[in-house]
Amino acid sequence: MTKTRAVKKFLKFAGIPLAIFTVVLVVPFVNGFYYTFTDWDGFKVDKFVGFSNYAESFADPKFWTTLRFTGLFVVVSLVLVNVVAFGLALIVTANLRSRNFLRTLFFVPNLVGGVVLGVIWQFIFNSAIVALANKYDWELFKQSWLQDTNKAFWALIIVTVWQSSGYMMIVYITGLVSVETDVLEASQIDGASPLRTLFAIKIPLMAQAFTIALFLTLRGGFMAYDVNVALTGGGPFRTTELISLHIFQDAFGEGNFGTGQSKAVIMFIVVALAALVQVTVSKRYEVQR
Amino acid sequence: MNTRARWGRRATFAIGITLGFAYVFPFFLVFVNSLKLKYDILANPLSLPVSITWENFQQAYTKMEFFRSLTNSLIITVFSVSLLIISSSMLAYYLSRTKSKLSKYIFLVLVASMIVPFQALMIPFISRFAPFVSINNRAALIFFYIGFGTALSTFLYHGFISTIPTEIDEAASIDGASDMVAFWKIIFPMMRPITATVAIINALWIWNDFLLPRLVLTQETQTLPLSTYLFYGQYSIEYGQAMAGLALAVLPILAFYLVLQKQFISGIAAGAVK
Repeated sequence: MTKTRAVKKFLKFAGIPLAIFTVVLVVPFVNGFYYTFTDWDGFKVDKFVGFSNYAESFADPKFWTTLRFTGLFVVVSLVLVNVVAFGLALIVTANLRSRNFLRTLFFVPNLVGGVVLGVIWQFIFNSAIVALANKYDWELFKQSWLQDTNKAFWALIIVTVWQSSGYMMIVYITGLVSVETDVLEASQIDGASPLRTLFAIKIPLMAQAFTIALFLTLRGGFMAYDVNVALTGGGPFRTTELISLHIFQDAFGEGNFGTGQSKAVIMFIVVALAALVQVTVSKRYEVQR
Repeated sequence: MNTRARWGRRATFAIGITLGFAYVFPFFLVFVNSLKLKYDILANPLSLPVSITWENFQQAYTKMEFFRSLTNSLIITVFSVSLLIISSSMLAYYLSRTKSKLSKYIFLVLVASMIVPFQALMIPFISRFAPFVSINNRAALIFFYIGFGTALSTFLYHGFISTIPTEIDEAASIDGASDMVAFWKIIFPMMRPITATVAIINALWIWNDFLLPRLVLTQETQTLPLSTYLFYGQYSIEYGQAMAGLALAVLPILAFYLVLQKQFISGIAAGAVK
């Protein structure tokens, strides 16, 4: 192929998508890094300010509250989503006639956006449960869970587990059915119990599904915004703000573009590092076939 | 089958069905209460409606501009997904068939970009594109979706194209077909399964997306999640109406899912494992 033809082919097939990708993603990303070292106010840049935006971000006590809250949320949701999702996958791969029906039910929350889900649960926590608690005298629910930081945390976890476990269930189902039947038959002939088969054969052979599901939940946990904004809105008193909502409030609510963007860059670095560590560790458990 | 295994199966079924109903119960609650009067909802949110009222739906339908937001959501989702399919399948074809350093690096950059959270570029993004958005915010949003969706869609197509033998391209080229013709007439139709996956994954994301539309769209062009959120914010005290609004927001996608269940699940499965 001659050089001009090669260039022509590149432009015809790859030109437009790559141009859009660059404009929409690469340019703002690089720009964002650059802005954090300047006195950018959302419109113009006057001078370089070194690391002062980062210093200011770390001096913000609200930012620390958010970081702790987000860290806890990521860990707890990661564990619970995957445990529940794996359990669901085991149920719908068991030899039940109703398995397709159950799979359909478990997946339903995933179809609806986080904002609508968050609002539905806001009604449940603020009104439905409180009304029932007063009627039947349930002490634990008389006050809305969303008005207490610790209980609001668990409310967020409940909704997140309910929302994402159906999706991760699909990932685990794919993993479970990918285990070859001859291996399973061999273990049965050797007299392995179902539990033993699960832990000694299935889980090691489907480790790739864990890598994927853990990666997706990790990323999802750090990026969670919709459920947060619709369920607690960060309240009470901005104590339940996850990092995304915090950045949004800092930049668009209070007009702190410099620190807002620095916090966004910090978030990116944390997410990238956490994902890198998780994938490297998970990959070690994958069996080569 | 021995008795132990049978009891195990029964227990699994019992747990499964209980959980299954728990998973859809919140939606059930929304539908039931959307047909009740405000007083009845507070008296007992769990009870079935004594007398059914459609008033809530009428109110919610007009107040949240249901028809308008549904149309906006449809326009934005259909255009974004179709254009994404066209552009990313072509890009993936090029990257997979042209074995050069450049295409390897481009592919690496695309894959790496998937780890970047939108929040990390949201702020410069909005200030930079503000003038562009003010011209036509729906078109701008579609353009953004193509940009943000390119990486994952190209990645999915790339994996699939490498399973199609290159002999097919060569045969087409010997028969005198140009690159474009060969791609659209021969390769693209062969990629139907992965196109379905790309369509479903992107459609679900774009249909339900909230943050980007919130930053880009105005009142006239708002999508269903946006108008639902704003409507609920204003009328959450009017429980019946709020529930009707939520029911309206959930119905379109739920109906779509019930019709295309199999494709949804297998599409998601194919996309998730890559």
